Amino acid sequence: MDLFGSYALLLAFFCAVYAIGGGIAAILTRRPLLIKSARNAGFAVCVLIWLAMGSLMTLFFTDRFDMAYVAAHSNRTLSPIFKFTAVWAGQEGSLLFWSFLLSIYVFSVLFAYRGKHPELMPYVGVVMAGVQIFFLTMNNFVASPFQVLGAANSSGVLHLAAMADGRGLNPLLQYPEMAVHPPTLYSGYTGFTIPFAFALGALLARYPGEKWIHLTRRWTMIAWCFQSAGILMGAHWAYAVLGWGGYWAWDPVENASLMPWLTGTAFLHSVMMQEKRGMMRVWNVWLVFSTFFLCILGTSLTRSGVVSSVHAFAESAIGHWFWSFLGIAILICLIAYWKNRDYLRSDNQLDSMVSRESSFLFNNLILLVACVAVLSGTLFPVLSEAVRGTKISVGPPFFNRVNIPIAMFLLFLTGVGPLLAWRKTSMESLRRNFGWPLLGGVIAAAIAFALGLRDFYVTLCLLLGVFVTLTILSEFYRGARVISARTGANLVSSVSQLTMRNTRRYGGYIVHFGMVLVFIGISGTAFNQDKQMEMSPGSVMAIGPYTLHFQNFDSTQEPNFTAERITIEVLKGNRSVMMLYPERRLYASSEESGTMVAISSTLKEDLYVVYAGRNPNGAPVIHAYLNPLVKNIWLGGVIVVLGTLLALVPNRQAVLAFRPAEVGVHLHGAPQPAHVPILPGPARSSEGHD
Amino acid sequence: MKFGIGAGVIIGTLACLAWVGTQESKTYYHTIAELPGLTGTAAHQRMRVGGDVQAGSIKHYSGRIDFVLVEDTKTLPVSYVGTDPLPDTFKDGAQCLIEGKIEPDGRFVAEQVQAKCASKYEPAPPSGTPTPNTKS
Repeated sequence: MDLFGSYALLLAFFCAVYAIGGGIAAILTRRPLLIKSARNAGFAVCVLIWLAMGSLMTLFFTDRFDMAYVAAHSNRTLSPIFKFTAVWAGQEGSLLFWSFLLSIYVFSVLFAYRGKHPELMPYVGVVMAGVQIFFLTMNNFVASPFQVLGAANSSGVLHLAAMADGRGLNPLLQYPEMAVHPPTLYSGYTGFTIPFAFALGALLARYPGEKWIHLTRRWTMIAWCFQSAGILMGAHWAYAVLGWGGYWAWDPVENASLMPWLTGTAFLHSVMMQEKRGMMRVWNVWLVFSTFFLCILGTSLTRSGVVSSVHAFAESAIGHWFWSFLGIAILICLIAYWKNRDYLRSDNQLDSMVSRESSFLFNNLILLVACVAVLSGTLFPVLSEAVRGTKISVGPPFFNRVNIPIAMFLLFLTGVGPLLAWRKTSMESLRRNFGWPLLGGVIAAAIAFALGLRDFYVTLCLLLGVFVTLTILSEFYRGARVISARTGANLVSSVSQLTMRNTRRYGGYIVHFGMVLVFIGISGTAFNQDKQMEMSPGSVMAIGPYTLHFQNFDSTQEPNFTAERITIEVLKGNRSVMMLYPERRLYASSEESGTMVAISSTLKEDLYVVYAGRNPNGAPVIHAYLNPLVKNIWLGGVIVVLGTLLALVPNRQAVLAFRPAEVGVHLHGAPQPAHVPILPGPARSSEGHD
Repeated sequence: MKFGIGAGVIIGTLACLAWVGTQESKTYYHTIAELPGLTGTAAHQRMRVGGDVQAGSIKHYSGRIDFVLVEDTKTLPVSYVGTDPLPDTFKDGAQCLIEGKIEPDGRFVAEQVQAKCASKYEPAPPSGTPTPNTKS
């Protein structure tokens, strides 16, 4: 199985080399047979990577502890689900996993567009194969997961040596969410390769119009959706498992996942400028490029040991490979841009400050500033060492100071942007669209102030959150009213009709609402409380409205670990409301311990109880946190994902626009029925998802 | 043009905030070997030091935890006074990063301790050669 896997990887590498060589030859000669042959090589690469992945999984499930990677990350008593997740728990496996997920995307793209867009696809295929070659180089020659263990005998001759049992999986990773979070986040990272390949391919091919944008829109949304979900799952894992009461620490690895999300979000918005108005072509191309670079940077930050992090990675030579790849990719993009820059000229200029265009410009500016701030904060030690010779790091205050105002401004734009008209918006329509929502926000903030809320940013967040929610509701209401007046259907079914007719727009509103919840949830941090004390049976701790009553303390032996569990009764007033069981686990194989946090979560607040350890005298220490509103973040995340999925659904039936300026919006998301009135412009596109 | 002014104001404001944030939270990296050589303000700044926890040196007292950090042959006595429970990965021999200040008596008072954890990617052995089986 191990030989099978490593040969599959080697063969995949050579197929990828052929896919590039054949692809370039196909571009130069335009011979259909070569185009087909290069594409088939692309398919072969993907299938071979799947086989290699399958064989690595098999090695885990058959407990092959003669394999270095399996022995380091699994053991016999590990439950099947964690044997599955252990596949990507370490360097080598996670790199293969990168290749694996990328190959799923590549396969889907090659398959979906087989025989279509003959001017563009060979270029896209070459770019994708180029990215695959890099990762296959890592899989084959730098960090192979298929290495066997060896030992030297007395005369110094190496021979194969299997371990009786593996060293086990890191306890912090033995958590069901770990089966979902890394694949999700990696699907985000890898997914941005597709828009990158299309952008670079279209630039190299000087492919006319905005077609590559229509082709990649869904791929970008899929990648974005995975990235959003992956980031939030990571935050949730940190919250539920690490036991420090928080979910975001501005750790380099967290930042690494946030950066491509920020540029990806900017791109999803600014493409609309290009689709509708033919503006910002250069900007969009570079946004896609940067998003891809940041994905590669993020992947390498977690592995190269350049910046120290909670996820603390060993210094490893692997960083050089990533920097080299990044350097080459940037160089290729620069050259491609320089040679074809005339192809990216804008059709239009900005007409007015109060327009959809300018709101997108500000949205992009602010997201990019956030990204630059996060990037410079993350790389501060590296930068300061290069500039001044001393290594200086910056902490959460730096990130919070910059990013909280940015978040507020973004929230404001979220409410304002979608309701502004293209080109120019009149004062009259501003009053009509924003008067009531703004009033609602101000009233909410005033009530909160009267009730004793004094934190500036939280009040502002509440005001804007209510404002955005009301603008979104008014959009749904207004659209539904028009439909209901025309068809006589009731308001509820009109809302659903409205949404299904233009999933992109209304899905987008739902995503916006999800983000409002996320922001509201984050703003709760301002009111977090926590308390730590040594406790024994019978003792009590008061936090907020709750009283924690320590009842007893027991220890049980499980197959893989020993669990020490504390039983706490939670009282509110004098009434018993629930029992909580914070726990610590000691894993025999790795001699590591893990904390199982007990969380009681409501939309209003989380009661988060940690068994923090024992004092030298043996008394257990309990650390309790009261974190308001946290659950809104997770709920908001779910809504963001649902909204994105909705936006991916093709429109049920195209309709004539309610507002002339919005014409384009209604037409994306083919397939379209034949009777739809044909409107001019590049907006009429087939997505190739048929 | 107008957009340029708006953008300038925004970027300017954020740059100021970034500068304030940097002043508030900047931390200098030092190695244990460098510490005795620091003079003047450099010796009193907030700093971050890395090393391994000396086996058997972790001692719990009320309100603080003492341990010794080792790097090569140099050692540094540390008192952790933070309120957060120490990470599970913090134990004898663990690689860790501490953040805080040096007291006049040479003891490092740490407010934060990070220990190596989670997805600890180990350096890949040179490809082609079998890994010596050092762990049992």
